[in-house]
Amino acid sequence: MREMVKMVVVLTVLCSVSGGLLAALRDGTKDQIENQQLEFVKGPAIRKILVEGAGATNDPIKDRFKIKIGDREESFFVGVVNGKPSLVTFESTGKGFGGNLGLVVGVDVTTDKIAGVAVTTHSETPGIGSRAQTDAKFTKQFVGMPLSGEFKVKSDGGKVDALSGATVTSRGVSGAVTLAAQLYQQAKPQLVEKLKAMNK
Amino acid sequence: MAKSIAQEFTKGLWAEIPPFRLVLGLCPTLAVTKSVENAVGMGIAVIFVLTCSNILVAMLRKVIPSKVRIACFIIVIATFVTVVELLMQAYTYSLFMKLGIFIPLIVVNCIPLGRAEAFAYKNGIMASAADGLGLGIGYALSLSSLSALREVFGAGTFFGHAVFGPSFQPFSFMVEAPGAFVCLGLMLCIMNVLGKK
Repeated sequence: MREMVKMVVVLTVLCSVSGGLLAALRDGTKDQIENQQLEFVKGPAIRKILVEGAGATNDPIKDRFKIKIGDREESFFVGVVNGKPSLVTFESTGKGFGGNLGLVVGVDVTTDKIAGVAVTTHSETPGIGSRAQTDAKFTKQFVGMPLSGEFKVKSDGGKVDALSGATVTSRGVSGAVTLAAQLYQQAKPQLVEKLKAMNK
Repeated sequence: MAKSIAQEFTKGLWAEIPPFRLVLGLCPTLAVTKSVENAVGMGIAVIFVLTCSNILVAMLRKVIPSKVRIACFIIVIATFVTVVELLMQAYTYSLFMKLGIFIPLIVVNCIPLGRAEAFAYKNGIMASAADGLGLGIGYALSLSSLSALREVFGAGTFFGHAVFGPSFQPFSFMVEAPGAFVCLGLMLCIMNVLGKK
């Protein structure tokens, strides 16, 4: 009986100490980890759209804010072109062939046109679906399209040229852009105000 | 028990060097040795986990009831592994992305559990620390040498820097999974030949 009690006590104490320690460490590193994820996962895609694609002169990772849409909070990354914060990028997701597709969509707030689209995370087949991330031709076709309505691949009666052999992935990307369009419509009034405030 | 602290430390570097002599912890050994950078990162993670878990298990060895000792060891090891994982995520994110699943898998790696059971549970704190540090460094050295071989021939680089001229055709078999087995086999063979004398 004494041994029983000892076993229970030792295991309980050990587990709680370990749990407490890890929770404290997690709290301490949370912000740092979020920064690192922004830097390494979304950062390259966001910079590609805003800095390389549209010629933004600021660091979009630093100039970001959150907007509440419904019960979700979305992060928006701002690109300053010619001294004016006119571009924003934000995230969207779609269903790909191997799982969820993470997408970053850039849009020019003054014209409502897409400034760029880039895939951040995916689990598509290497060399086939994964070209959605690496093939610039595929993502470039979205540039200049107005960000509204529904996006569909050509075989579904839309305007998007699918990657050959990767229709499901292309559909996923189109779906993610459609979702981004809906999100953008909802967020636009708040977005315009936030950008105005930044301009001052 | 007459061995000195120094002997406990040095045995991990040769006589009981983990992947080659004990042939333990092979899964990450084969998987992460594609590049020297990954191998060194993994090695450092294992040194930290092994040393810390050995010290803690040695400290608690009088308190831990023998019937639940394995559960206790796993809690201790899992705690340190999670610490490493969080720290890597926070400060060396690119390395964390490359090592991926193999960091959490240190928990089920045979080496920390084996050392806790076979050594730290029966020996003092200093001896256990020396044992953990020695075996950890031995493991890191094994990974580094294996990955150096594979990266130099398989990709023509060392730590990401090119070592051969531009005319070098990488022997890509070496960085793929079968190459890992062949390299490990050859290393084991060399170690056995040298160890026979």
